[in-house]
Amino acid sequence: MHLTPFQTVTIILAVAAGTQITRWLPFWLFPEKKDPPPAVLYLGRVLPAAVMGLLVVYCLKNVSWTAASHGLPELLSIAVVGLLHRWKGNVLLSIAGGTALYMLLVQAVFV
Amino acid sequence: MERLSEQPNQRAALKAAFPATVPVMTGFLALGVAYGILMESNGYGPLWSTLMSAIGFGGSMQYVAITLLVKAFDPLQAFLLAIMVNARHMFYGLSLLDKYKGLGKARLFMVFALCDETFSLVSTLEPPEGVARKDFYFWITLLDYLYWVGATALGGLLGRLITFDTTGLDFALTALFVVLFLEQWKKPENRPFGLIGLACAGVSLAVFGAEDLVIPAMALILAVLLGGRKRLCT
Repeated sequence: MHLTPFQTVTIILAVAAGTQITRWLPFWLFPEKKDPPPAVLYLGRVLPAAVMGLLVVYCLKNVSWTAASHGLPELLSIAVVGLLHRWKGNVLLSIAGGTALYMLLVQAVFV
Repeated sequence: MERLSEQPNQRAALKAAFPATVPVMTGFLALGVAYGILMESNGYGPLWSTLMSAIGFGGSMQYVAITLLVKAFDPLQAFLLAIMVNARHMFYGLSLLDKYKGLGKARLFMVFALCDETFSLVSTLEPPEGVARKDFYFWITLLDYLYWVGATALGGLLGRLITFDTTGLDFALTALFVVLFLEQWKKPENRPFGLIGLACAGVSLAVFGAEDLVIPAMALILAVLLGGRKRLCT
């Protein structure tokens, strides 16, 4: 341990406070009793789809497209997730299949 | 009496919520155990790592916070960094204003523990018939939270005993977001917004790099969505 227990607890609380502000802010700005403005309702309706796009890119942010393996394990596994999902439409199967393939690729093929 | 009559519904809600959270369990097991091991190797045992997971709950920020725990004490930096790293949560609250209306005390915990994975499930899935929305979303939130805290404790306690090669297991979370993207895609009216999210994040990644991707991407998404509102809302 580098910090004292008191300092460590303080850091944990500081991290928690910052994180909680980001989670609560929209609920503070637009309380339940009042109807939010139309622009906010519009954002609430369309953001989930946009956020899924953002999260997919976020997960791939550290893939190096120019160096060895060129993102192939990621792209192949995502393709398999998509194909499985179109074929069976079973969330768990799509995710398990893609993850198993990815583990195989990064552990045994692209090493 | 009321408690008794609520019991079977809670069980049905848990039964419906659990399968939806299995991918999160897989990903969190990999990342949470790794986090517990990493904390341990930096001199912070299972008690500390589990405390951080339980109170500071937020995967990527907790990894960032390890760097703050091994240098000079600076709580203000920790606070500001947590806001920046987690800024994307503001989008989640905005999207859930309506869904999380009138949930009473359950909402306190559901907002406290609103992470990427829980938001993705809650915003995309509807409860099966006979299960109240509130209960379904509450159980998803609680299960995801317990997976993360439990995996952290496991990593801190037993991490060194794991001999199975888990490299790549965290891809379960990438796959989860891909599947939920496709679920959103099923509704044709969502498609332009999914593409906007991908494109804005892609541009932001290319311009600002992996470490500073999120905030510019959020600004860009907001600008495109609000700027194009008239054209997108037909």
